[in-house]
Amino acid sequence: MNLTILVILLIGLVASAVVCVALSDLLKAAIALAITSAILSIIMFLMGAPLAAVFELSVCAGMITVVFISACSMSRIYTRKEHEQRQKARNRRFLLLPALLVALAVVVFLVLSPHITGVSPIPSGGSGSGVQAALWGSRQVDLIGQIILILTGVYGVIVFFKEKEADGK
Amino acid sequence: MPLLMIGIPLLAVILLNLGPRRWISKQTALYTALAATALQMALAAYMCFTVGIGSVSSIRFVEKLSVDLFSAVTLFTIGLVAMISLLVSRDASEGSRFSFFNLLLLIVAGMNGLVMVTDVFSLYVFMETVSAASFVLIAINKRGQELAGAFKYYMLSAVATVLMLTAICFLFLCAGSTGFAEVAACVSAKGNSPTLIAAFLLFTSGLMIKCGMVPFHTWVPDAYSNAPAPVSVLLGGIVTKVSGVYVLMRVYRDVFLNNAAVGNVLFALGIVSILVGALVAIGQDDFKRMLAYSSISQLGYIVLGVATGSPLGFVGALFHFFNHATFKSLLFVDAAAIETQTGTRSMSHMGGLAKRMPYTGVSSIIAFLSTAGIPPLSGFWSKLLIVIAVWRVSPALAMVALAASILTLAYFLVMQRKVFFGKPTEETREVREAGGNTVLAQVILSAVNILAGLAFPLLLFYLQGIGAL
Repeated sequence: MNLTILVILLIGLVASAVVCVALSDLLKAAIALAITSAILSIIMFLMGAPLAAVFELSVCAGMITVVFISACSMSRIYTRKEHEQRQKARNRRFLLLPALLVALAVVVFLVLSPHITGVSPIPSGGSGSGVQAALWGSRQVDLIGQIILILTGVYGVIVFFKEKEADGK
Repeated sequence: MPLLMIGIPLLAVILLNLGPRRWISKQTALYTALAATALQMALAAYMCFTVGIGSVSSIRFVEKLSVDLFSAVTLFTIGLVAMISLLVSRDASEGSRFSFFNLLLLIVAGMNGLVMVTDVFSLYVFMETVSAASFVLIAINKRGQELAGAFKYYMLSAVATVLMLTAICFLFLCAGSTGFAEVAACVSAKGNSPTLIAAFLLFTSGLMIKCGMVPFHTWVPDAYSNAPAPVSVLLGGIVTKVSGVYVLMRVYRDVFLNNAAVGNVLFALGIVSILVGALVAIGQDDFKRMLAYSSISQLGYIVLGVATGSPLGFVGALFHFFNHATFKSLLFVDAAAIETQTGTRSMSHMGGLAKRMPYTGVSSIIAFLSTAGIPPLSGFWSKLLIVIAVWRVSPALAMVALAASILTLAYFLVMQRKVFFGKPTEETREVREAGGNTVLAQVILSAVNILAGLAFPLLLFYLQGIGAL
């Protein structure tokens, strides 16, 4: 039962991701991406990773979608004719993508699944101590990397937006 | 001490941003960044002498960060090239220098972390920090070509990320952990399982994109040539080497345990990169694009050395990694000087610069002779070690690698003739030598190339003495 639900969700996940890539309308693409993240969160819940699911839902499906939609609202909107032309071109370009993904999934499943064994049980992230252990016990180096990444993002925003305003003035 | 290697540049960024921006002048920001890189070089040099050879005597301060001789040399090289880039930035008038200093320090912190981690997932995290900072640095002036170069770099980087994350998932599925030691134990136990082979190949493909090896090289000329001068020095000198070549060397030796299947792929990619890079470089008119293709060719030698899987090949690759960082940085500094003074990158619009820019002319000769592997400069020794190591595996490949050195000499001689000799053109008639900081950078890197070449036999005896060769 669980496996059936998971397979259905995985198909939904891939389908929404393909739609996200193939759409030419940025707003709809952002919504499709949010749906992809939401489905991924459900899969994470079902697979016993509630904390990862909460982060995926709040950050990827929530915050990032808000940022994308805000950015889209600042961009120029295509005319209906332009939009149709772009969508047609995009449809042609991504015609084979779903078939390729299915073929790849089948190959990966057939070739690799018999050999994937010996995965150690991962400690549950549900409790506070689990999070503490994961972040400060085993992945503290990654946290340093994330701090650098956030600071880089801040400077990216300053360089591309704040200094641009200053240039304009 | 190793935590300081990440902490120092991060602390410098925090210091620069503590108060309102008007409190800190650009000079103060430059000196703070220079002090941070100088301190890094001093600490890395100290570690080079204290850690010895191999991971056995490495310093571990937390579970997932460690330093051995290989990483200590790389940390020193990062500090050196970052310092040179800062010096060049002082003479480059364009762009927001305050943001440049901050981003440079962040990229240094990211590269330092990348060099010291012992976990494949942490490798990925730090690679992302380096990619993100590189993207902003390339496009820092927000001009069309720079944005296009940065976009191309970031898109291909994203593809590399997907390949490597998939590989990390496979490694985790097999080993139940992402630590180097645990994955290596799994590789040792079941090295030929299809999952592991798939992981090796995906990871290597991702790294090849990061390195800019043929056929994944299309982003390299655009990113290197369109980036502002100090960013070209940083990017061409060290960033792609650390995020691509260093990781390849580390992972191939310590995690993949010199796997033969990956070795064969590396041999093929290495030799193709050497030839294609050199052949395409001959036809370039843009100085920086020529250097970009030359980089692709030289990285091929490093990959060949790694692919042999022998200690000799590895030492050769490590030394060529250091040499390439120094002589390629020197060539990019020269390119920056020429571009700033003449306003063009087209070699057909140059000529007679040797008299007008004597320091740039002489340092360019030193750098190109070192790149072509002419004794006694540093590039000669590293290429010699690599060719000997490759000869033991395949004499035919070693012959091709040697023959490609002649191509290297050819395109650099063409460059030297077009740019520095002959009659001055309209653009070069009134040109003067580059600013004092750029000349200082040229002198430092020229001295490193000569001294490393002269001192290399001593290093070789030392390595033989301690049994590393």
